[in-house]
Amino acid sequence: MTKDNISRSARQLIFNILRFDPHLKGDRPRMERFEIEESSGMTLFIALNDIRRNHDASLKFDFVCRAGICGSCAMVINGKPGLACHTLTASLDTEITLAPLPVFELIGDLSVYTGNWMRGLNERLETWIHEQEEHDFTRIEEPMEPDLADEIYELDRCIECGCCIAGCGTVQMREEFIGAVGLNKIARYQLDPRDKRSDEDYYDLIGDEDGVFGCMTLLGCEDVCPKNLPLQSKIAYLRRKMLKIGLKSPKKICF
Amino acid sequence: MKIIYTDVLVIGGGLAGLRTATGVKARGYDVVVLSLVPPKRSHSAAAQGGMQASLANSAMGEGDNEDVHFEDTIKGSDWGADQQVARMFVDTAPKAIRELAAWGVPWTRIQRGNHQAIINTESVTINEQNQAHGLINSRDFGGTKKWRTCYTADGTGHSMLYAMDNKAQEQKIDIQERMEAIALIHDESSNGKQRCYGAVVRNLMTGELSAYIAKATTIATGGYGRIFSVSTNAIICEGIGQAIALETGIATLGNMEAIQFHPTAIVPVGILTTEGCRGDGGVLRDVDGYRFMPDYEPEKKDLASRDVVSRRMQEHIRKGKGVASRYGDHLWLDITLLGREHIEKNLREVNDICKNFLGIDPAEEWIPVRPTQHYSMGGIRTKYTGESATLKGLYACGEAACWDLHGFNRLGGNSVSETVVSGMLVAEYIADYCATIESSIDINSDVIEWFIRAEENKLDCLLNYEQHHQDKSPPPEDAYKLREAMETIMMDKVGIFRNGKDLQQAVDELQILLQRSKNISVRRSKSKAANPALENAYRTQKMIKIALTAAYGALLRTESRGAHSREDFPQRNDKEWLKRTIIQWPDANKTLPEVSYEALNIMKMELPPGFRGYGTDSTVVHLDSEKRQQAIKDIQDEYHTAGNDRFSLQNKLMPYKALLPPKYRGKNERLNERFDDDQG
Repeated sequence: MTKDNISRSARQLIFNILRFDPHLKGDRPRMERFEIEESSGMTLFIALNDIRRNHDASLKFDFVCRAGICGSCAMVINGKPGLACHTLTASLDTEITLAPLPVFELIGDLSVYTGNWMRGLNERLETWIHEQEEHDFTRIEEPMEPDLADEIYELDRCIECGCCIAGCGTVQMREEFIGAVGLNKIARYQLDPRDKRSDEDYYDLIGDEDGVFGCMTLLGCEDVCPKNLPLQSKIAYLRRKMLKIGLKSPKKICF
Repeated sequence: MKIIYTDVLVIGGGLAGLRTATGVKARGYDVVVLSLVPPKRSHSAAAQGGMQASLANSAMGEGDNEDVHFEDTIKGSDWGADQQVARMFVDTAPKAIRELAAWGVPWTRIQRGNHQAIINTESVTINEQNQAHGLINSRDFGGTKKWRTCYTADGTGHSMLYAMDNKAQEQKIDIQERMEAIALIHDESSNGKQRCYGAVVRNLMTGELSAYIAKATTIATGGYGRIFSVSTNAIICEGIGQAIALETGIATLGNMEAIQFHPTAIVPVGILTTEGCRGDGGVLRDVDGYRFMPDYEPEKKDLASRDVVSRRMQEHIRKGKGVASRYGDHLWLDITLLGREHIEKNLREVNDICKNFLGIDPAEEWIPVRPTQHYSMGGIRTKYTGESATLKGLYACGEAACWDLHGFNRLGGNSVSETVVSGMLVAEYIADYCATIESSIDINSDVIEWFIRAEENKLDCLLNYEQHHQDKSPPPEDAYKLREAMETIMMDKVGIFRNGKDLQQAVDELQILLQRSKNISVRRSKSKAANPALENAYRTQKMIKIALTAAYGALLRTESRGAHSREDFPQRNDKEWLKRTIIQWPDANKTLPEVSYEALNIMKMELPPGFRGYGTDSTVVHLDSEKRQQAIKDIQDEYHTAGNDRFSLQNKLMPYKALLPPKYRGKNERLNERFDDDQG
């Protein structure tokens, strides 16, 4: 426990929360204000449950792991996308504004349907190991260079929370843009020798303006990624790689 | 009224559910997976430290094999486990991890040459041989003889779940998110037996109810940790899967009192820091900074089995050696000795959790921890095939089930391993069942409609209490209050140390809560669609029942075994209690379930009950134990003189291979157990 947590007297927190239930006929988006007393070590997970329990039982939001691992609770916190569960209220001013992530389908209040968006993305990019060979799993596994395994894991840590999409300038203009989450996934599979797809195959998936050439390099994604994924360097790397493929067969370049 | 037909319905989209689905799909059957959340957000993702499989690749895993893994698992279970199931499990785990490697999990790999490791606070050099370079690495975990826990840094569950969900997407499996099964549909089938036909399912976004009708229904919804006020479990681990099975009045639950407390969850929020912290060399310290575990357990020290470490911590706190805080006493987990580099690479989730939730740097400061509810060994009682022993067509696997791999204490690293292995095996048995005529769907649509109406009516009662109750009816109840009361009872009276007086009180109080829960009225939130208050209301009704099964089972079990520790009955009592608790709730109007017991047959065990190796041995011995030990010794002597290998000896002691699906019966290759080239 940090000492200042214990000694500080309780603050009154004011939450301004964007409310809207699309399933309720005639309901309209509006800001609602709640006041609660801060407790030590309070996260937005604790605060929102306090509001639901003591002020408004209909308030909708999503938490699952409440430990920063699963990516369920991404929302716009004081204008910036982030995970609510690992945001300590002590790190914020007393007036806190919460809104659902943009881009994704709204379920209600702070709850958005990232699941179907990510599923669509994964289907489109075929984010699985492409391999024809049959394995005999009684045999010793194929070796992999330890450093390479670590590098793949580094990118595999994405939790599909949607923060990078909410923080992306390109997505605002190009609805079909796959965003940093999509590009990072391709970078991950491109690294992985178990996936037998060629760079040409990847080019077919991301070699256009909805893919790697659409990124305007505003890099809001990297600023908001709660897992600190190296999105900037991976997007730059992919762009160089894909440009080379494109230049080999110029007809492929479609921008 | 919407009715959806499929071959196999899987309730739960975590590792166990998804692996079941991919298995039956590969066998050519249609499958629908229902998940409360996008599957990649399931609680499986939170498993940090690793997956046990006896690959024996690493230097510290050398000599490991199925036999050693089996022995660790049985001892860990305090002899409560089903030994045939444990054998099936240890045999399949290496295949499971190699399959996951092919499906994309970036397992941490072995680097050849010398490495520094911390063992017993000393720096030790470990040399990895050339031929192991690039194979899957493993770390030390509690209660294991070898370093057997394979890992992806400390995001093992995450990387496994992502690979698994991606595989399911490749197979175009129909996964439906934000769907909750709230009742099982069951009836007498044409052959006169009770049979499960699917589930009534509520869409959590629109509130719509529909019926999913299937040849086989599989519950893979995880544990019931959230009946406690503090738990390491995700908030969706509410035991609803077990509850809907219980509410059939036919399906049974096993060993619900067997609940594990993990030694190192952070204070106060109860988020887990992996056992890998201690596996990699971290130690527990008390208020004086003193490392106390070696005093209690000189041999295994900080890496004794989880139940043992948790009890020792609690004991030490009771001696006044805890660190006082406004949230109660805690102890320290010290991983500073591992160094920043190791922490930032292999324990990065722990690093993040410490920084985000505690505001501390674990490379510099100690982590405040205390034992916290973590795992449910109990669950839906099934045969080794995953099928309910009493309700045909109902299957369960993973943490939701009790088939029974863990007995009264699960080893760290055996849980994610079990999810995948049980999914692999149960999928095959389900597919076999679907191929029989017996599995054809012979239910009348009026029965299906009756089940949907019944659920609609229950929800309506919750939303419109006044319309359903007359003037003199009891006052409406607040579900949040009842739930909090239940959680507190479980925390205070059904915790690490239990006693008859507290347990009796717990059972009495929970029965009152159960009665009151019939009068829950949802206030201030009347929508039939996405409505967190309504969801909390119907789940609370179910959770109180699950809490009762755990508390009642604990009250009746007058011994201490594994994680079930009775202060008034401190001995493990094999003579009277080497048996599984079986719970059924045939009469919904009663406030207590019916309890029976299933004896474990020592004379068929490969490893008869013995001393587990912690503290002093005070077991009340069963007469058969010595008899069986002698019989085993005779078989061993005979086999060793005849020069037989370990496989034929094992087969003589307790055959199990024939129980495995044919495709998973092969031996596992290892560096020191290479296949001949012509086999490959």
